[in-house]
Amino acid sequence: MSEKIKFTIDGKECYAEPGQTILEAALDNGVYIPSLCYLKDVIPAGSCRICNVKVAGRFMTACTTPVAMGMEVENDIPELNELRVSIIEMLFVSGNHFCPACEKSGNCELQALAYKYTMMVPRYPYLFPEKKPDSGNKKLFIDRNRCILCKRCIRAVKDEQGRSLFAFKNRGNELAISLDHELAENISDELAEEAMEICPVGSILKKEKGFQQPIGHRKFDKQAIGSDIKSVIK
Amino acid sequence: MNKKITIEPVTRVEGHGKVTIHLDDQNNVDQTRLHIVEFRGFERFVQGRPYWEAPVLVQRLCGICPVSHHLAAAKALDVIVGAGTGDGLTPTGEKMRRLMHYGQMFQSHALHFFHLVSPDLLFGIDADPAIRNVIGVAMKHKDLAVQGVMMRKYGQEVIRATAGKKIHGTGAIPGGINKHLTPDDKEFFINGPDPMNIDKMIDWSQGALDFLKDYYKKNTDFIDNFAQFPSNHLSLVRKDGALDLYHGVIRAVDAEGNRILDDVDYQDYENHIEEEVRSWSYMKFPYIKKLGKEKGWYRVGPLARLNTCDFIPSPLAQKEFEAYKSLTNGKPNNMCMHYHYARLIETLHAAEMMKELLNDPDLMEGELTTKGSRQNRGVGLLEAPRGTLFHHYEVNDSDEIVKANLIVSTTNNNEPMNQSVNRVAHSWMDGKTEITEPMMNAVEVAIRAYDPCLSCATHALGKMPLEVKLYDAHKTLIDRKRT
Ligand code: SF4
Ligand code: NI
Repeated sequence: MSEKIKFTIDGKECYAEPGQTILEAALDNGVYIPSLCYLKDVIPAGSCRICNVKVAGRFMTACTTPVAMGMEVENDIPELNELRVSIIEMLFVSGNHFCPACEKSGNCELQALAYKYTMMVPRYPYLFPEKKPDSGNKKLFIDRNRCILCKRCIRAVKDEQGRSLFAFKNRGNELAISLDHELAENISDELAEEAMEICPVGSILKKEKGFQQPIGHRKFDKQAIGSDIKSVIK
Repeated sequence: MNKKITIEPVTRVEGHGKVTIHLDDQNNVDQTRLHIVEFRGFERFVQGRPYWEAPVLVQRLCGICPVSHHLAAAKALDVIVGAGTGDGLTPTGEKMRRLMHYGQMFQSHALHFFHLVSPDLLFGIDADPAIRNVIGVAMKHKDLAVQGVMMRKYGQEVIRATAGKKIHGTGAIPGGINKHLTPDDKEFFINGPDPMNIDKMIDWSQGALDFLKDYYKKNTDFIDNFAQFPSNHLSLVRKDGALDLYHGVIRAVDAEGNRILDDVDYQDYENHIEEEVRSWSYMKFPYIKKLGKEKGWYRVGPLARLNTCDFIPSPLAQKEFEAYKSLTNGKPNNMCMHYHYARLIETLHAAEMMKELLNDPDLMEGELTTKGSRQNRGVGLLEAPRGTLFHHYEVNDSDEIVKANLIVSTTNNNEPMNQSVNRVAHSWMDGKTEITEPMMNAVEVAIRAYDPCLSCATHALGKMPLEVKLYDAHKTLIDRKRT
């Protein structure tokens, strides 16, 4: 058995396995660090920046930074939470997120974070990008209007040979998620379901699923995101 | 010299609109128009969206009657998923939706009567608007105001229990419903502490009806003659001719009761109903094709429904229906103010139906949805509180909505409301050059009879005060009044 690494988050004493990232170690220690692109057991991308923490005065993404002995991590502090709200706001304005009619509402991690950090009206102007949905697959409906480019699908939705069903196309502002229609042609119901689960927002939809889950039974209807993690905060 | 009077916006109707009255050289009413700025954005908005999103998306076009849109869209999508129309659903699917709908009908009618209409009846239509409002009712007739609030609340709770939320729920899904009624909710609705139980609701519905009938006895002349005129009437009726607010076939009768349309499957509505565009109004004017534009317009809503149906399938409401029908010797009732009477009979019916459903075990268990072979076109019709509501969707093979057409209740009543305003203007304005308070009141009262959901027809929320503008022949503003 290897030595545990001792470190702190917001002053709370925590222990990590060697090589563990700050985010994973935090979860194991009952501390919630918000995240969007992070997915358990999948190579981290560090792309959404919600999990930014401060170590020795510097910002780091908790999902990619391994814990080091004696590290003093700052997490739930006004400066970081303010930064997180601004990132959430940016994600809202750069897509077309119309929660009232989205079937992922109540299960959407972006929406849940907006609630958790009490986002009001975004301070940035809405960009209203024009993004065409991709309805070509028999079982999946891709609504790029809601994609936050977190790459979770690219990293985690794969066929039996380990090939990704999703990829990015274009660059810069035009960057968009795309489904490999050949690979996905005979996608199973289970994988389609899983893909919808994996997407933190309502960008990947399993067709005809719609609003089968009644209000009151959705993931974040009863408790805020992260509150299942026993936190030292408040 | 021609004068043009503009009344805008109309108060105490949901949403907003404006009225213009044109006078001729003799200061007699030449022409009247009710302008409602209809915005048809939603039909465009849903294009490209996955079809199952429609019931949740489209209900957003109205904050006042969302349940109607939610259900009408779901009914259209039942057809798309091959679940048939109305009676094709599972018992649970159909009955939960009905409960939701009766809850909506109940709360909408109660709100309208107690909050919007009762001030006119209690204080008289010529009373000072400062008293003639719901606050006035609350101060002088506390019991009525309380009943209004509680009936509305009860209906909203029924919506919550069936749709998931009081407004903008998600309950109705293509092919059925997404939940059962919980035992707690059932218990609450049936045996809740007074007044929040179904027996009290039935009681109060009967009470409101008795109040109106009493008023009618004392003001027969006003109620019978105010802005009355003959018209056609259209609604859904159950196959056997019963009043059915949730599902049925299209029936239309003329002012004498002759059937114009009968037993029409609403999937074919386009063969029977056409919408006319008039240059001065954004809101279209629907009419029955075979009668043509001039003669084909019709009324919808409570008055129309009690004219098209043969009976009401719940005992208390049926008894009231018989008394009501005897006023016109069984012939269609064309009296505008009788909308209120009919509306309260429907309120009682909705309460009775809720009671029946609440005791039905199908609500607590059973299959929620069903489907069959996928279709590309689906039409859903529903008798919304304000009248027949049409939703029509076309969906491509990859599940995107490619076309949508909605005819909302208030649009169906567009011509009748214009006719009513015209009648009122003639009796109050002929020979006058000034806007009088009673005239303004009368215009409002006439429009209010239809309970127009301008919010829904115009897809805009918010009420504004009444404003009257008077123009001369050169379109110069010569008089202006506000309440
Ligand atoms: S589709 Fe969903 S999972 Fe994939 S990148 Fe976009 S937001 Fe992330
Ligand atoms: Ni409406």
